[in-house]
Amino acid sequence: MKFKSKGAFLPYLLWIALFVIAPIGLVLYYSMLNLNGEFTLGNYKNFFTSAYLAMTLTSFWYAFLITFFTLIISYPTAYLLTKTKHKHLWLMLIIIPSWINLLLKTYAFIGIFGLYGPVNAIMNLLGFDPTQILFTDFSFVFVAVYIFIPFMIIPIFNALDKMNPSLIYASRDLGASPLTTFRRVIVPLTIQGVKSGIQVTFIPALSLFMITRLIAGNKVITLGTAIEQQFLVAQNWGMGSTIAVFLILIMFAIMVFTRTKKKGGRA
Amino acid sequence: MRSKLTTKAKVYLAIVFVILYAPIFYLIFYSFNSGGSMGSFEGFTLEHYQAVFDDNRLLVILINTVIVALLSGLIATIIGTLGAVGIVSLRNEKLRSIVLSLNNILIVSPDVVIGASFLILFTMIGVKLGFTSVVISHIAFSIPIVVLMVLPKILEMNTNLIDAALDLGASRREVLTRVIIPYIKPGILAGFFMAITYSLDDFAVTFFVTGNGFSTLSVEIYSMARAGISLTVNAISGLVFIVTVGIVIMYYFITMRSRKTGGSTQ
Repeated sequence: MKFKSKGAFLPYLLWIALFVIAPIGLVLYYSMLNLNGEFTLGNYKNFFTSAYLAMTLTSFWYAFLITFFTLIISYPTAYLLTKTKHKHLWLMLIIIPSWINLLLKTYAFIGIFGLYGPVNAIMNLLGFDPTQILFTDFSFVFVAVYIFIPFMIIPIFNALDKMNPSLIYASRDLGASPLTTFRRVIVPLTIQGVKSGIQVTFIPALSLFMITRLIAGNKVITLGTAIEQQFLVAQNWGMGSTIAVFLILIMFAIMVFTRTKKKGGRA
Repeated sequence: MRSKLTTKAKVYLAIVFVILYAPIFYLIFYSFNSGGSMGSFEGFTLEHYQAVFDDNRLLVILINTVIVALLSGLIATIIGTLGAVGIVSLRNEKLRSIVLSLNNILIVSPDVVIGASFLILFTMIGVKLGFTSVVISHIAFSIPIVVLMVLPKILEMNTNLIDAALDLGASRREVLTRVIIPYIKPGILAGFFMAITYSLDDFAVTFFVTGNGFSTLSVEIYSMARAGISLTVNAISGLVFIVTVGIVIMYYFITMRSRKTGGSTQ
């Protein structure tokens, strides 16, 4: 494109410098400061102690569980949605809950899972004693899955929607069973959608902190909770930054893993 | 060509829809409860809605939230649109892909990290935490979304239009305001809406950079929810739900219209 206008581009470049590059640099810088502002690698040494490593691993485990269940529920949903009449309308209805404020949805589960909530009322009818579902790791995973489902459905839906249906007919005509068609045709063609779904689920799942605080009590500590704790409660920005550095590294690793392959086009 | 859904498939979809909507309707249902809890419904009342509108502090927070969303959405849309035009005009392929990667960093970054790093940034350069820091943060994390919404529109644009305008003697400024922007308007609008929803929905970043004294709805709900169940929050949910559905319907019509115009040019 011949069109050029340097002046108009400037605010955007400034934004990149100030709000993309500088913050990463600052987090790196702070990760090497101790509480008195002296240069040290102590935070990193601290991070590699068993307490922090165990927390990182559990955080990973929860993020894995959340992503797994979200995917298991979302893929069939997205697939069936593409088969409905007025599929874009149905997709819109899936998206609406994702636009309701996250905090409100989380708050709803405080009531739903509470001791006097509807879940316990149903359990009671079935003859079970009321139990505290809130503040358990089950409730944490459940609420997180609930929140991420729409975000996983959207990219998978788009990938399925773009797929040429004649490929499925071709596969069927050539004698493939439905399972083979699914495994060898549909999944490879929609894997990019799944990858972006995983990207938008896994990274936030590692860093969510209001769900852990509100739903899991202090039972579950994720990397995000730890950062919030260090920054806003313990006021230890150095240690918080160190955890953030690892979160950024993990994020880059996931971005590389889920990278979309470029295919022609002007972009 | 479309195979019909089996009953099993319909049941599955129905369950997913019920699960997605149940918590929201649960909240709204109990917002009319005259009892104080979300456990047993005692009687119909509008007192919790009354409480929202009687609470001046809450109203100020609501207004703040809307102002932050509109202001940050507007500024982010301007910077982001110009950025997208700039990215496309970059001739160097490698440079362009670097800029695009940098653009996407904030989208995939965990919001805790964005919040924490912005907190450091603002403290370093001496921005007072409060309204300004919140608006600046919201502009910052909305810009890349606007870029992503606008970019495909610019790319699908026929470059001959720009060449023609330049040949006919249009200045660069005129090309931008008279040719490019009208063409990519649906993308710009979509970007603006996305920026607003991101801003309204944000909790973590705001929580980090808000300091004392200034609060948005998300942060306020968080502190109310930490204190336990309060049916005022339910009433807020009812109001938020209505506004959200309104925005979604508007957004739906805008994208449908742009899809139609997009289709007719092909």
